[in-house]
Amino acid sequence: MLAMNYRGPRRVRVDQKPEPQIKHPQDAIVRVTRACICGSDLHLYNGSVPDTRIGSTFGHETVGYVEEVGPEVQNLKPGDHVLVPFNIACGKCVFCRQQLYGNCHESNPQATAVGGIFGYSHTAGGYDGGQAEYVRVPYADVGPMKVPEWMDDDTAVMLTDVTPTGYQAAEMGGIQKGDTVCVFGAGPVGIMAARCAWLFGAGRVIVIDHIDYRLEFAKNWCPAEVYNYEEIGDVVQFMKETTDWIGADVCIDAVGAEATGRVGQTLLGKKMHLLAGAATALQWAINSARKGGVISIVGVYGPVGALVPIGNMVNKGLTMRGNQASVKRHLPKLVEHIENGILSPKDLITHHIPLEDIADGYKMFSAKLDGMIKPVVVPPRATAH
Amino acid sequence: MQNLEQGKQNKTNFDPSLVTGWGVDADPNNDPTYPMKRHTGMEHDGYSWDRPPQQEAEVEVLHSSERPNLAATFGETIPPAGVSGMIRRAAFTFSENSYGHWLPLMLADRVQMVEGMVTDLATGKVPNLWKELGYNAEWKYNRKGLITKLAIFGGLAVGLGMLLSRSKDSTSSNN
Repeated sequence: MLAMNYRGPRRVRVDQKPEPQIKHPQDAIVRVTRACICGSDLHLYNGSVPDTRIGSTFGHETVGYVEEVGPEVQNLKPGDHVLVPFNIACGKCVFCRQQLYGNCHESNPQATAVGGIFGYSHTAGGYDGGQAEYVRVPYADVGPMKVPEWMDDDTAVMLTDVTPTGYQAAEMGGIQKGDTVCVFGAGPVGIMAARCAWLFGAGRVIVIDHIDYRLEFAKNWCPAEVYNYEEIGDVVQFMKETTDWIGADVCIDAVGAEATGRVGQTLLGKKMHLLAGAATALQWAINSARKGGVISIVGVYGPVGALVPIGNMVNKGLTMRGNQASVKRHLPKLVEHIENGILSPKDLITHHIPLEDIADGYKMFSAKLDGMIKPVVVPPRATAH
Repeated sequence: MQNLEQGKQNKTNFDPSLVTGWGVDADPNNDPTYPMKRHTGMEHDGYSWDRPPQQEAEVEVLHSSERPNLAATFGETIPPAGVSGMIRRAAFTFSENSYGHWLPLMLADRVQMVEGMVTDLATGKVPNLWKELGYNAEWKYNRKGLITKLAIFGGLAVGLGMLLSRSKDSTSSNN
């Protein structure tokens, strides 16, 4: 089969690889029809995630058709149209049973701090991902959801990560009616978080980034107040001024390790890889929040320490929440929101990239070329039935 | 001093309910993770749940020193091999809390990048770096930036070459 093949920082290609096999009685094999490139894939692409082995296939946002199931799979059968959440969850461990499906303890032997994730390095379990023609899906009765007949592939694939992650970012903010919510990052997740902040009753939603075309999209689609940090001077002072010198009630970090904006953070976190990433957005979030406010983190960071003003966290009495989205928990509500016209996540998709051209897709997404917001990868067998 | 071994197993005989005032202000609704999880308190039973069937490892799979076993399922892609594999094995003797775990893994990733290049060439595959680096897209959408980047790298390479060549000449004349 054709599959994306990682060859080193910023080097990817498409190669022939063996088709995946059933390895566990609860596995399924899915023929991929859509697989996104995620902002968090850029951490892998840039070589920032430890134990990203050469030859890996990325991709944790997948939709497709079940081809084969293991002997213990009961809820799916060949031919079922499914969307596959990015997290691999057993459904039986103490964490899955508390609906923390992003924190499963039976899907990743290599690290205890993160559950298994498709195509996200050996630090996240060593699974191949969905940027391929086929993918192995463990615990097939737990994570995958049958796609409703009325839903198209583009909408379905946006439910595997972006929409639940953006929704959970707002949910973790504990937003109360009338709250001012500041979202750092106008990538797909940040845009979705800003959109969802309204669903929780926010009184004001602000998005900060430095990519104008993305800010323009957020301004119209969320809708939100948008600011380019390169134009507003000191971001934290601006946030204080614009909130009548109090600070935002809720700050959301939707950027993570790849942040720009501060030389020291970029040098130590992005270039030298001595930190968990450039924590610029998190630093701004902590310093922009009001006393007693909430910081919600969905931006992805590496496993070591980061430069953040932890003293201000304590002195301001902030509450910090973060997690990988518990996709399965959110799906029923989000499907309902889409059916009722409240959310239309496929609006964020700007490009469909043939799998064969995936190197171009990564470059365009990474360098933010051609107005790209969300790229979707389409394998050659996507239309085969 | 507390018993360290018992502490590691989270099975001390200490009964917190004997502490004066224990739990008088407990408020489940004040759980900072609520409603992110359905609180059951099952964590207090430790690693004791009814596990899914164990996947059989057909290749070498490293596991964190912070857990006693392999997870019930895992990926079997790209087992550790070569010099990078030796580094990875060494890294996994350290816990996730240690730079001794993560920095060698980053090093192994870079070493394996070279190993991958060697394997490519040894199997007769010459990598198409222009395509793999996404320069087709950059040529189409950011031609000026790409030309600037290539000019800078080209200039640096030529400068470095001249420097090395001059240094070699100087060494030869000294001899």
